Amino acid sequence: MGMTMTQKILAAHAGLESIKAGELIMVNLDLVLGNDITAPVAIKEFKKAGASTVFDKDKIALVPDHFTPNKDIKAAEQCKCVRNFANEMNITNYFEVGQMGIEHCLLPEKGLVLPGDAVIGADSHTCTYGALGAFSTGIGSTDMAAGMMTGKTWFKVPSALQFVIVGKPQKWVSGKDVILHIIGMIGVDGALYKSMEFTGPGLKNLSIDDRLCMANMAIEAGAKNGIFEVDDITLAYVKDKAKREFKIYKADADAQYDKVFDINLSLIRPTVAFPHLPDNTRTIDEVGDIKIDQVVIGSCTNGRIEDLRMAASILKDKQVAKGVRTIIFPGTQTIYLQAMREGLLEIFVLAGAVVSTPTCGPCLGGHMGILAEGERAVSTTNRNFVGRMGHPGSEVYLASPAVAAASAITGRIQNPETL
Amino acid sequence: MDAKGRVFKYGNNVDTDVIIPARYLNVSEASELAAHCMEDIDLEFVNKVKKGDIMVASFNFGCGSSREHAPIALKKSGISVIIARTFARIFYRNAINIGLPIMECDEAIDGIDDGDIVEVDFSTGVINNVTKGTTYQAEPFPEFIKGIINGGGLLNYIKNN
Repeated sequence: MGMTMTQKILAAHAGLESIKAGELIMVNLDLVLGNDITAPVAIKEFKKAGASTVFDKDKIALVPDHFTPNKDIKAAEQCKCVRNFANEMNITNYFEVGQMGIEHCLLPEKGLVLPGDAVIGADSHTCTYGALGAFSTGIGSTDMAAGMMTGKTWFKVPSALQFVIVGKPQKWVSGKDVILHIIGMIGVDGALYKSMEFTGPGLKNLSIDDRLCMANMAIEAGAKNGIFEVDDITLAYVKDKAKREFKIYKADADAQYDKVFDINLSLIRPTVAFPHLPDNTRTIDEVGDIKIDQVVIGSCTNGRIEDLRMAASILKDKQVAKGVRTIIFPGTQTIYLQAMREGLLEIFVLAGAVVSTPTCGPCLGGHMGILAEGERAVSTTNRNFVGRMGHPGSEVYLASPAVAAASAITGRIQNPETL
Repeated sequence: MDAKGRVFKYGNNVDTDVIIPARYLNVSEASELAAHCMEDIDLEFVNKVKKGDIMVASFNFGCGSSREHAPIALKKSGISVIIARTFARIFYRNAINIGLPIMECDEAIDGIDDGDIVEVDFSTGVINNVTKGTTYQAEPFPEFIKGIINGGGLLNYIKNN
């Protein structure tokens, strides 16, 4: 029986000819990732297990990005724990403030994840790297500890949902709208335990930044991983970044899927997820009049250069509405520099927005833009759960950079087409 | 019986942000995390929960962030087992890895109400609702999962075996 893209990568990393959904397998890992919240717990477990060395100092990435630059003393202690461990184990890929970025923006940019890789990360949005045709998935701190010790982890082989993409998106529609549309259609547990595999002729109309955003939110449908077929766009992206060999895996023609969905990009409207679940979606035409207090543009979902360009194209020579705090987070130092060189940061500041250093910041209610009771934000982040960005009585509306930037100008959830 | 206690019942999609809000993740000590467990949807939980109590929920329990702090907070707060229709996959792994028992059982969710006294036998998978005098059958744990739970988590289990 044929295998899916995910199954082929897992089989190769398990040293098996063929595997099928439901099988338990042990997989060799190309990279194990952790951050300032999850790594300290993993390091504690690693030491508790009596381990003294990591399996490969080049195949572990430690990125303190959530509460950095250190937001308080306790956060500083957690970062110190990660830094000390990185020094002790001589970890190659430890990224300090100044070099760092939001982990899922940073690792692809550094060429640390490549097509065909098998990656685990103690962060649920590790599924982002599926955009490059890798198998990557989020795990917890204990699995991270075991991964750092052995370079292996176990998986139950997932079945898959296939999304066949056709068409070309409308002007203000980007990857965020596509994935919100899909999550709205299948639900927050619509892909539970499964892979989401993206293929079809419409992929040529989705940039790498669109794909990274879409794969990033596979977890919001409960998926184990999201993965895109590798094409010329992927290869052009990794060409200058890859410092090692990589392999491209394609699904077999007779691969089995639990369900196949046809997605026509040209029919997707700008889409917003209302509180308090990412599947609570409405098209921009159905949102009504929602007044907002804050706009956040950035995160591992939408903190990349195309996202900033889209926001800047809307904010250029405009002013954000009085009283709307507009906070923009470039995903990495490289993206920040690029945005500076292109004049985007100047556009943001002149419009009355603030530009932050790369950090996960307000996305998870950490720092740099917390909401008070009753406040509402339009955010390009990935979750709108109760209390996600601050007070449990606040609200987060998930949207694309275009909708977020347009909303900043009018102070209401705004269709960029009618601005 | 391996677990016996009062039931705290919640609905669908109980996410890890409400189990332990990220604003408390600047620490990783279990007791500090447990002090804020569930507070964004149930302020009374930490005051009411007693050692051995049982959490019951519906679909997709533990969705969202991969934070292992969520099962750690629940376990430390005294929860002895979580019974749900389905679990989000990262939470499922994390709970077993730290030695917090979890079970999937539709009929238990249908039959159990908040506040019921329930007991669970992990070897047989039998869930007994003492309050209502009814029983429900879940899948018993396989041996290696029992070993991880009894051994106090995956890494202890690896170390001792």
